[in-house]
Amino acid sequence: MVYFPKWKVALVLVVCLLGVAYSLPNFLPKSLTESLPVGLPSQQVNLGLDLQGGSHLLLEVEVDEVVRQYLEGIAESARAELRTARIRARALGVDGNTVVVTIAKADEVEKARNLLKPIEPGAQVSVDGERITITPLEQTLLERRSSALQQSVEILRRRIDETGTREPTIQRQGDNRVLVQVPGLKDPERLKAIIGKTAKLTFQLVDMENSVAEARERGRVPPGSVLLEATEEDRAVGRQDAYLVKRRVLVSGEDLVDAHQSFEQRTNQPVVGFRLNARGAKKFGDVTTKNVGRPFAIVLDNKVISAPVIREPIITGSGQISGSFTVQSAQDLALLLRAGALPAPISILEERTVGASLGADSIMAGETACIVGLIAVIVFMVIAYGKFGVMANVALIANLLLILAVLSVIQATLTLPGIAGIVLTVGMAVDANVLIFERIREEVRAGRTPISAIDAGYSRALTTIIDANVTTLIAAVLLYAFGSGPVRGFAVTLAVGIATSMFTAIMVTRLMVVAWLRRTRPQELPV
Amino acid sequence: MRLLKLVPDDINISFMSFRKVFLTMSAVAVAMSLALVFVKGMNFGIDFQGGILIEVRMPQAANLSQMRGQLGALGLGEVSLQEFGNPADVLIRIGAQDGDAAAQQAAVSAVKDALGAGVDYRRVEFVGPKVSSELLIDGVLAVVVAIIAMLIYIWLRFEWQFGLGAVMALTHDVLLTLGMFSLLGLEFNLSTVAAVLTIAGYSINDTVVVFDRIREDLRKYKTKPVPDLLNGSINATLSRTLMTSLTTLVALLALFFLGGEVIRDFSFAMIFGILVGTYSSICVASPLLLYTNVAARARGTGDAKEAAETP
Repeated sequence: MVYFPKWKVALVLVVCLLGVAYSLPNFLPKSLTESLPVGLPSQQVNLGLDLQGGSHLLLEVEVDEVVRQYLEGIAESARAELRTARIRARALGVDGNTVVVTIAKADEVEKARNLLKPIEPGAQVSVDGERITITPLEQTLLERRSSALQQSVEILRRRIDETGTREPTIQRQGDNRVLVQVPGLKDPERLKAIIGKTAKLTFQLVDMENSVAEARERGRVPPGSVLLEATEEDRAVGRQDAYLVKRRVLVSGEDLVDAHQSFEQRTNQPVVGFRLNARGAKKFGDVTTKNVGRPFAIVLDNKVISAPVIREPIITGSGQISGSFTVQSAQDLALLLRAGALPAPISILEERTVGASLGADSIMAGETACIVGLIAVIVFMVIAYGKFGVMANVALIANLLLILAVLSVIQATLTLPGIAGIVLTVGMAVDANVLIFERIREEVRAGRTPISAIDAGYSRALTTIIDANVTTLIAAVLLYAFGSGPVRGFAVTLAVGIATSMFTAIMVTRLMVVAWLRRTRPQELPV
Repeated sequence: MRLLKLVPDDINISFMSFRKVFLTMSAVAVAMSLALVFVKGMNFGIDFQGGILIEVRMPQAANLSQMRGQLGALGLGEVSLQEFGNPADVLIRIGAQDGDAAAQQAAVSAVKDALGAGVDYRRVEFVGPKVSSELLIDGVLAVVVAIIAMLIYIWLRFEWQFGLGAVMALTHDVLLTLGMFSLLGLEFNLSTVAAVLTIAGYSINDTVVVFDRIREDLRKYKTKPVPDLLNGSINATLSRTLMTSLTTLVALLALFFLGGEVIRDFSFAMIFGILVGTYSSICVASPLLLYTNVAARARGTGDAKEAAETP
């Protein structure tokens, strides 16, 4: 044991030096580390949102809505097919993950079946009496869900990137969730407003034959029309609160190629200017030519932004959307239109926003606790174990540097509980040395010579150290597996701390003890 | 220099003769903790029951009763206010609002409007009911799986009696910590679960050290009466047990007093857990071994296989 092979000495020294090198950037200002030559360690620990401030949002994409729309599409095609063939259906609609059609006359069922079969390739069409059931492939539904989620992630990324925030994280989670993490955010409310909107834009004609009041009185809306609310801003100031709008969509946001905030020339009000692609421009030109003098509604997510009257045909494909906008809200709408509509509505399941001031306070408090804890433990160890205590303390500091180095290299996220994990490690890291030193004391009392006492102390304590640390490691691994966010940060630092502390306690102090033994050849141990 | 020795070298406290007292005390404490947890219940934070939490820093010392009036008038259901670390910082907790995510956002906006300008929103957290129930399940699962995993590890490394003793001691520590949280009405949230798991790890760690020595002594002194032997092992490791607990406590106390308000309950849980864990590895885990015929097996008189392994 007292014999320490050269390669082991080299290994310990190299690991410690690497630890110092890779932890060093954390003590330098960021401006300096960024200008370091390539090849030198320059990565700092990644701070979690709870330390640097920012927003963590867990979103749910209502992917079932996409499936519902898809099934309604099939139902709509079925209805059209049957109508052209003059087959009367007693009932037709979506039922769960199928479309069910009940044919009025039994002798038309076979004909209807043949008509409905080609509507959706791959779908299963089964007949039971007068009931025809169209069941799309499970695979198709899964793909629809999955691609809706993927598309949502892309659109969210476009939206968030456009707000100019730095380094956002946008990941899909599970079957229908998206995790958005945006560090250092000034206005979390605006982020949420931008993320939460589906941003489905349509242009629809206003129903001039019927009035809103009439529809409300009768309690039903004339066929082919729909009653839509005005925006909250409009309702708040007492403008027209609802519109009766034709169901048919003239032009939708899909045909939009560009949108930007500008000002109306006469009134100087903020507006959103837009440009349509060729297809959209042609449709818009046709409609506006036919409907001069009539109002058309600009509808966003089923709310009417405004309903201007068509003064002249718009054939260039460019136009502007006016409404109760501020410059900010017009900018946001333009951004949403540019990024595109989400395939399905989104809701916020979880939000955690930490302001920069709290983050900074937490870092300060964490650092103070760490330093004070460290000093207290150092003093304690020297009082209890003298020279050996000093050696354990060197190992303790090496351990801290190694933790920092590992966290920087693997770019793990350091959270506030993570800092707590480090402080805890400071307390527990000396345990291995305490075990060894106590064992050495015992062996000395049992009458062994210094070298043999140290030898026995190390070898007997080793199994205990391993058993004790593996159990804590089990806890850390499970914390990581089941934990989320900051708790995971705690698990990471705890696990890294356990690994590095075993190395420093067993290897680093042992190296020092052996070197000291060789140099002084003591007759008595100072423990 | 004379070095500090926490316990004298020739210490020989007869822990085993007090075992009935310790075990009764622990049994009563566990029963009380269970009663507290099930009758009084836990003060679940928003992580586990959903809701909204807002930490604000007011421009000057906050007038809590005035704020309570302002926020109570918003009709958001139960609003609880708590001074948080210093007189200007207030923690606002609001129950989950009926309706969708928009309703939650509206509640946050209503609070912001009511408090007016000049307020620094240091933290805004909202957890929906779906997520909070998932987090609770994950938390419970993590603790249960951790306990089972540790049991298996100890079982593999020692005889099953040790595994059982260690896990009983650890369950004891976890339950007492939960009981203490219930008693003091401290908020039970995600980081408390992290603390509980760490306590579990620490408790096992502490117990393993004592057990390791017991196993060694069982092989060394084949004829010594088991109670004396257990006593000897506990006393031999006492110095280490106390030393490690102390250094860990010292570090945690620094965290408790200086680590900031956000993790104060977390640090408290750990401090309490370390104290209980130290007690249990000395006074609960080892006495339990007496009741499980551990000596026969570990000494190799249990069966042929074990006997072959004993030197």
